[in-house]
Amino acid sequence: MTFINYASREINCKIVYYGPGLCGKTTNLQHIFDSTAPQSRGKLISLATETDRTLFFDFMPLELGTVRGFKTRFHLYTVPGQVFYDASRKLILKGVDGVVFVADSQEERMDANVESLHNLEENLRAQGYDLMTMPYVLQLNKRDLPNIIPTEDLAAELQRKGEPVVEAVASSGTGVFDTLKAVAKQVLTELRKG
Amino acid sequence: MPDTPILLREQQYHQIKAVLTRLRKDASAKVVFLVGKDGQEIASQGEVGSLDTTSLASLAAGNVAATGGMAQLIGEKEFPTLSHEGERESIHICVIGRLLLMVVFDERSSLGLVKLRSRQFSHQIATMFEAIAEASSEDLDSPFAGITDEDIESLFS
Repeated sequence: MTFINYASREINCKIVYYGPGLCGKTTNLQHIFDSTAPQSRGKLISLATETDRTLFFDFMPLELGTVRGFKTRFHLYTVPGQVFYDASRKLILKGVDGVVFVADSQEERMDANVESLHNLEENLRAQGYDLMTMPYVLQLNKRDLPNIIPTEDLAAELQRKGEPVVEAVASSGTGVFDTLKAVAKQVLTELRKG
Repeated sequence: MPDTPILLREQQYHQIKAVLTRLRKDASAKVVFLVGKDGQEIASQGEVGSLDTTSLASLAAGNVAATGGMAQLIGEKEFPTLSHEGERESIHICVIGRLLLMVVFDERSSLGLVKLRSRQFSHQIATMFEAIAEASSEDLDSPFAGITDEDIESLFS
């Protein structure tokens, strides 16, 4: 739910990083956190297990700058990727303005990608959203690993509607900001439509 | 259906702040927040100081969402109030439609008083917010209607 506050001249939007377990959603946020000036972002809140698996969500507010006198603030969330945390994933999609699907490019994770993407579509529908009409970016992560599926094959399988596809290596930061930029642009463009 | 965007005009914002100020005083609370169910802080009032209100708002929404999920699993619609009592500081959260009213208080107040005052102010807040939501859905004068691709691009340069 976009929230525009005329008094503080702020606009707040919610972006959710979705994808299968261990695909690199938290790593995306961690890279953004590490590469952004402290005055532009808040704390990175991570509700994780003792083994650093996301239990509920990660959260980070990020201020991108000013448009037409309004500060634009993006609230970035990740969902827990593991299959059995579905109830949590549904909750985190509430009020979402844009989604990034982080796919794991490794051959052995293809089934998990497909399952997670179906799960995203289903959970969005449950909240009254339609993936086909909302700001959405597909990130193909882990492009540095040896056993990866070619980009074209991954895109053919996972791309839903001609959404931007970004190749990434989140652990080194490659493609992380391109992904964020692609989804943020779509969210702001939606605002223009009113 | 997804919620419509909320456009909070300056006058409405000050009205909300005024209500929160009264609630804070009547409940002898430290801080009072109004938060969207999606985790966005709408307004806060009180001894905010170095408190990370953005994170607190997000976690409060997560908390309410999780307990709401539990409620549904046992056949309840939701749990309309939540309270967390610490050694010195405590939090009371009250669900008002798509909003959360969160009160942070210490030994200067009590859970009973905070619950009572929160309930008393809930109706007023709900009515105000209904008017805001209605105005938001009819408001065609979005400040972003005229933004250009260059405006958007400039955020990333």
